[in-house]
Amino acid sequence: MARVLLKQVVKAFQDQPVVKGLDLTIPNGSFTVLVGPSGCGKSTTLRMIAGLEEVTDGEIWIGDRKVNDVPPGKRDLAMVFQNYALYPTMNVFENIAFGLQNRGLPRQECKSLVHEIAEVVGLTSYLDRKPSELSGGQRQRVALARAMVKKPQVFLMDEPLSNLDAKLRNQMRVELTSLHKQLGSTFIYVTHDQVEAMTMGDQIVVMNEGRIQQVASPVELYQDPTNLFVAQFIGSPAMNILSWEEEESCLLGFRPEKGRIAATIQPSTEEKGISLRGKVRSREILGAEVLYYVDTRKGQIIVKANHDVELIAEDEDVRLSVAAKDLYFFDEKTGMRVMGQHVHSLPLAGGAV
Amino acid sequence: MHRLAAYPLKIVERILLIVVTLVFVFPFLWMMLTAFKTLPEVFRFPPTFLPEIWDFSNFMKAWESGPFLRFVFNSFIVAVGVLILQFLTAVPAAYAFARYRFPGRNLLFGITLIALMIPPQVIFLPIYVQMSGWGLVNTLWSLILPYGASAFGIFLLRQSFMQVPDEVIEAARLDQASEWKIMWKIMVPIAKPVLVTFGLFSFIYHWNDYFWPLIMTNSDAVRTLPMGIAMLKASEGGKIWNVIMAGNVILVFPILIIFFFAQRHIIRAFIYQSK
Ligand SMILES: Nc1ncnc2c1ncn2[C@@H]1O[C@H](COP(=O)(O)OP(=O)(O)O)[C@@H](O)[C@H]1O
Ligand SMILES: [Mg+2]
Repeated sequence: MARVLLKQVVKAFQDQPVVKGLDLTIPNGSFTVLVGPSGCGKSTTLRMIAGLEEVTDGEIWIGDRKVNDVPPGKRDLAMVFQNYALYPTMNVFENIAFGLQNRGLPRQECKSLVHEIAEVVGLTSYLDRKPSELSGGQRQRVALARAMVKKPQVFLMDEPLSNLDAKLRNQMRVELTSLHKQLGSTFIYVTHDQVEAMTMGDQIVVMNEGRIQQVASPVELYQDPTNLFVAQFIGSPAMNILSWEEEESCLLGFRPEKGRIAATIQPSTEEKGISLRGKVRSREILGAEVLYYVDTRKGQIIVKANHDVELIAEDEDVRLSVAAKDLYFFDEKTGMRVMGQHVHSLPLAGGAV
Repeated sequence: MHRLAAYPLKIVERILLIVVTLVFVFPFLWMMLTAFKTLPEVFRFPPTFLPEIWDFSNFMKAWESGPFLRFVFNSFIVAVGVLILQFLTAVPAAYAFARYRFPGRNLLFGITLIALMIPPQVIFLPIYVQMSGWGLVNTLWSLILPYGASAFGIFLLRQSFMQVPDEVIEAARLDQASEWKIMWKIMVPIAKPVLVTFGLFSFIYHWNDYFWPLIMTNSDAVRTLPMGIAMLKASEGGKIWNVIMAGNVILVFPILIIFFFAQRHIIRAFIYQSK
C-alpha cells in the first residue's frame, strides 16, 4: 500500500543539480537505507519525499498517490530529524500530542494515544519535562514517539542516531529494527555510515554524487557490488584494489578478510588465485581479528586475519594469496564491474608476481 | 595571585555601579520625597531631605484637580490597545521577513528599518491630517491607530524568529500545523523573552507619552495621564511642586508595580537580548 516510488526525480539548487534523476522503488514495509558519503544528496532526497523540498523534475508516488503537490502534513508520513527538532517550549506530552491535535483528534483520545506511546518508548515519567531538561537519548525517544503516535504509512529518518554516543547508538539501532518489525510500516532511513546501513536495512540504496550506484540487500551488496564505488564504500576496511597487468585497463579487487597471509616467501600452490610477496608494515590487533598493513609491489594492501592463526611480527616478509572466487574485476575507466571470463583465465598461484 | 589582582578592580567596579545607581535613583527619590512635603518646605533653602511633616494630602489634591480616573483609564486603553495592535501586526510581519523568501523582501525590510529611525515629530502633521480626514482626531483611536505597527517590534521579533532552527518549523509542517498555528504556537512562545522586553518598552513609552496626546486631543474626555499632570503645572499661578510630584508618583505607580512583579523576567529578557 505505502510503497514509495521515485521516477526520474531531479533536484537542483540555483541550477546546480544535486540529485540527478533517481529511479527507485521502496517496497511497502521495507526498511530502506539511503547511504552514501556526505553531500551526495541523501537528505535532499528524503526531504523531497517528505515534501519539505520541491522536486525540480520527476514524480514522487506514495501508495497510489502522486504527491508532488501534496503538502508535507498530508502525505501520511512522519520524520525524525538528526537534531530531533523538538518544540522547545512544549513539554514532552505536548510535543507528542501536537500532531494529533492538528488533525482534530478529540482530547481524550489524544491523551490516551500519547500515554500509550510514552509507555512504548519509556517516557511515561518524563511527560511534564521540557526538551531542555532531557538527555540526548531521551530527546531521541521523544522525537520517535512524536513520529510513531501519528501511525504513519511511512517513517523518514535522517541520521537520527548520529548525535548519540556509541553505546546508545548501538542500542537504538536494535530498538529501531525491532520497532520496524512491530509496526510493519515503510522505513526510509538516511545515514552516511555503511555499518549502520548494513546492520539495519533490508534494502540498501548506495548513492554518490546525486546518483544511485546500487540497490540491493546487504548481503548482495557485499558480495556483488556493481561498481568500484560500491565495492570500496561497503565493507570496512575497504576493498583492496590493485592494477593488473594481464588485462588492459582492468582493476582487480579483494576484501581484506579474503586475503590470506603467511610468514613465508614460498608461493602457495593449492588453488587458483593470485599471490603476492610483501612486508608487514604495521598491524592492528582488534580483539579476535588482526589487521595487517602489507607493503607490496602494488602498493599497500590490508589483510584481515583471524587471531587464532599465529601472529606475524612487523617487518616480516610475507606472502599474500587470494582465491580466484574472492576476486573482483573492474573496468578502469568506467569503474563498472567486469564479470565472467577473467576468473577462468587467471593464472595459477604465483603467476601474478 | 589572580584573586589579589582582581580585588581592587572589583572595588572600583562596585563604586562605579553605586555612582551610576545614585545618578539614576536620586531624581526619582527626590520626586517621591517632594510628593510628601508641604509647599513651604518645598521652597525652603537649604532644602530638607526627608519631609518634616509627611503630607499625604498632595495625592488627593492631584487626583481631584481633574478627571484623573478618566485619564488613568484613557492611558490604560491607549497603552494596552497599542500593545495589542503592535503584537498582532509585528508577529506575522516578523515571521514573513524571517521565514519567507519573496520578491521585494529586502526592500520592504529596509523601509521598515527606516521607519525605525524617524521620530514622531517629523511625521505627525500628515498623520494628523489623515486622522482628521477620517474624523478620528480627539478620539482614543487617534492615539492608538498611528502606533499600530511597530518597526522596532518587527525588527526585534524577526531577529528572534530567525534563530529558530528550520527543522522545528518543518517538523510542525509535518505535524500538519498551519502557518498560522506555527506562528502563534511555536514561534511566539519561543520569542517570549523578546516579546516581554518589547511589550515593556512599548507600554512604558505609550503610558508616558506626552507629545502625541498633546497633538491629537483637545478635551479631557480623551486625554491621558501625562497631560493631566502637565495641566497641574499650568493651573493657578505658582507651581505647586509637591502636588505635581504627587501626580508624577501616580503616573509611575503602575510601572513600578509591573517592575516589582516582573523583575526577574525583565532582567532575564535583557540578558537574553545581549547574548
Ligand atoms: N538549500 C540548499 N541550497 C543549496 N544547496 C543545498 C541546499 N541543501 C543542500 N544543498 C547541497 O546539496 C548537496 C546535497 O546535500 P544533502 O542532500 O544534504 O547531502 P547529504 O545528506 O547526502 O549529506 C550538497 O552539496 C549541499 O551543499
Ligand atoms: Mg544529510
